[in-house]
Amino acid sequence: MLLIVEQCLNGLQFGLLLFLLAAGLTLVFGIMDLVNLAHGSLYMIGAYFAASFAVLTGSFVAAALLAFVATLLVGMAVEVIAMRRLYGRDHLDHVLGTFGLILFFNELVRLIWGPAGLSLPLPAWLSTATEILPGLYYPTYRIAILVVTLAVALFLYVLVMRTRVGMLIRAGASNREMVGALGINIKLLNTLVFGLGAALAGLAGLMQAPILTVQIGMGENILILAFVVIIIGGIGSIRGAFIAAIVVGLIDTIGRAFLVDLLRAVLSQTAASTAGPALSSMLIYLMMAIVLVLRPEGLFPASGK
Amino acid sequence: MMRHVTSWVTPRSIVIAGLIAILVLLPAYTRMTGNQFPLTLFTRILILAIAATSLNLILGYGGMVSFGHAAYLGLGGYAVGILAHEGMTSGFVQWPLALVVSALFSLIVGALCLRTRGVYFIMITLAFAQMIYYVAVALDRYGGDDGLTIYRRSEFAGLIDLGNKTVFYYVCLALLLAAIYLGARLVNSRFGMVIQGARSNERRMRAIGFPTFRYRLACFVIAGTLCGLAGVLLANHTDFISPAVMHWTRSGDLIVMVVLGGMGSSFGPLFGAVALLVLEEALSGITEYWQIILGPLLLLVVLFARRGIDGVLDAVAWTRLFPVKRLEAKAGRG
Repeated sequence: MLLIVEQCLNGLQFGLLLFLLAAGLTLVFGIMDLVNLAHGSLYMIGAYFAASFAVLTGSFVAAALLAFVATLLVGMAVEVIAMRRLYGRDHLDHVLGTFGLILFFNELVRLIWGPAGLSLPLPAWLSTATEILPGLYYPTYRIAILVVTLAVALFLYVLVMRTRVGMLIRAGASNREMVGALGINIKLLNTLVFGLGAALAGLAGLMQAPILTVQIGMGENILILAFVVIIIGGIGSIRGAFIAAIVVGLIDTIGRAFLVDLLRAVLSQTAASTAGPALSSMLIYLMMAIVLVLRPEGLFPASGK
Repeated sequence: MMRHVTSWVTPRSIVIAGLIAILVLLPAYTRMTGNQFPLTLFTRILILAIAATSLNLILGYGGMVSFGHAAYLGLGGYAVGILAHEGMTSGFVQWPLALVVSALFSLIVGALCLRTRGVYFIMITLAFAQMIYYVAVALDRYGGDDGLTIYRRSEFAGLIDLGNKTVFYYVCLALLLAAIYLGARLVNSRFGMVIQGARSNERRMRAIGFPTFRYRLACFVIAGTLCGLAGVLLANHTDFISPAVMHWTRSGDLIVMVVLGGMGSSFGPLFGAVALLVLEEALSGITEYWQIILGPLLLLVVLFARRGIDGVLDAVAWTRLFPVKRLEAKAGRG
C-alpha cells in the first residue's frame, strides 16, 4: 500500500515536470503556431547552466535562479535569431528548422561542457527524507519539486487568466493579426512568450538534474513525452496540458512499477518479464493513439480555433 | 506535375547522368585505388536513398509528413536479424517476410494516422515509431538495447553473393534505380495524380468522387514496404541491427534528405542522401563538432532554399546561362 502511494507521488511529480515542458510547447504552438522540437534542448541547457552555476556559486538555490534567468535569455535570443523567421510557414519547415537547432545545441553543449555528463549534487538540507505518512519516508527534494511545480502551475494560471499580459496571450492565440492591429507589439509578445516557455523548460531540466545525470540529448526523450502530453490534452490548451501531463506521468510511472507484477498474474513468469517492460514503455503511446482515434483534436481542444 | 521541357539536355539531366555514371563506376575506382572506404560509404548512401525515395512518395507527393519513417528501416532490419539469429538465412524467406511485416505495420499505422491532419499526423507517426523503438529495446532475446549481430548475410541459394562488397553495392544500386523508376511511374499515373490532388485540396478530390483515404493509405503502405526493403539492405550492409536505427532522429535525417534534395522530385531523395552523407563526411573531416555547422545549415536551407537541390538545378536553366528567349515554362508547382 505504501509502495502504491509512493509510486503515485513519483508519477505526480514526473507529470508536473512534464507539464512545465508541455506548457511552454503548447503556449508557443497556440500563439505562434510553431512546432518547436528544440524545446528539449532548452531543457538540457537549463540543466547544464544549473550544474555550472552550482560550481561557481556553491549554492543550489542561487544556481537554480541564475539558470532559470539564463535559460530565459537564451530562449529569447533563439526566438529573435531563428524562430521568428519560421512563423507562418509550413509545419514541415518548423520540424526541419528546429531539428537543425537540436543538432546545433547538442554540439554546442559538447563543445562547451565536453562529452562527459555532469552531476548536480543536492545540498544537505534537501537530500534527506521526510516522513509524510506513518512509516512512509519520501525524499525531501521530490517534495520540493512537487511544491515548486504546483506553484508554477498556479502562477501560470494567474498569469494567463488574470493579468493584462495573459489577456494579450489569449488574444494572440485566437487572432494574431487583430491583436497587432490594435497596437500591441506582437513581436515583443512573441519573444516574451517564447522566453517564458524556454525558462519553464529550463526549470524542468534543472530540477530533474540532481535526480538524473546532466548529459547531451537528455531533453530529447522527455520532449517526445511532452508532445504526447500536448496532443492528448489538445494543442494550445494549458488546462488540457496540465491534466494530460499528470495522467501521462501517473500511467508511465505506475505502469513501469506494477505492470510486470500484474502480467505475472495472467501470463507465465518469463512471458511477463519480457512483455512487461515493452508494454509499459508503449502504454502512453497506445493511450495517445486511442485518444487521437476517438478525439482527433485532443481531450480539451483550445476554444476559438 | 507537368514539366514542359523542350530538350532532354537540361542542367538537371546532366547532373543526374553524371551522378549515375559516378555511381556505376565507383567500384572500379575503389578497385584501382584499393581504398574500400568510398564503396562502404556509397553503399550506405544508396540504401538510405531508397528509404528517402520511399518517404518522398508520401511526404513529397502526398503531403503526409511522416516523422516515424525510420521504424520501417528497423522492421525490415529486425526481420532479417531475427530470422538469421534463429538460423533462417535464406533471402527467399527473409526478404518477402520483411516486406510483409513492413506492409502490415504501415497498414495499421496508416489506417490510424491518416484520420488526423497537420501536426497531429506528424506526432502520431512519431509516437508509433517510438512504440516500435521501445519494443526493440525490450527484446532481450535479440540483444535489446545493444542490438543484434548478424553473422551471415541473406543467402540466395548461391545465385547472388551478398557477402561480396561489389556485388552488394550493385544490388543496392539496381534496387535504388528500380525504386526511382517505379516511383516516377507511380506518381505520374492516375493513382499518383489522385495522391497529388489530395495533397493540394483533399476536399475537392473527395467532391469529384475519389475515396482519398484509401488512395492515401495505399500510398502509405507502398512507402512503408519500400522502406522495409531499405531496412533489409541496411541490416545486410552493417551485419548488425539495433534500436538506434529506429531512433526518432533517424526519421528526422530521412526528412532532411528528402527536403534537402527537393520534395516531389524523382531524383531529389538521391541528391539529398548523397549531399547529406557526403557533407557529414566532409565536415567531420574538418572538425569533430561538425553538427554545429550542419544544424544552422539546415535552418538556412529551410529558410532560403525551400525547394532543395532539385529547385536549384531548376533555377540554373540554360536560358540563364545563354540568355535567349525563354522557351521553357516555369515548372508548375503548388
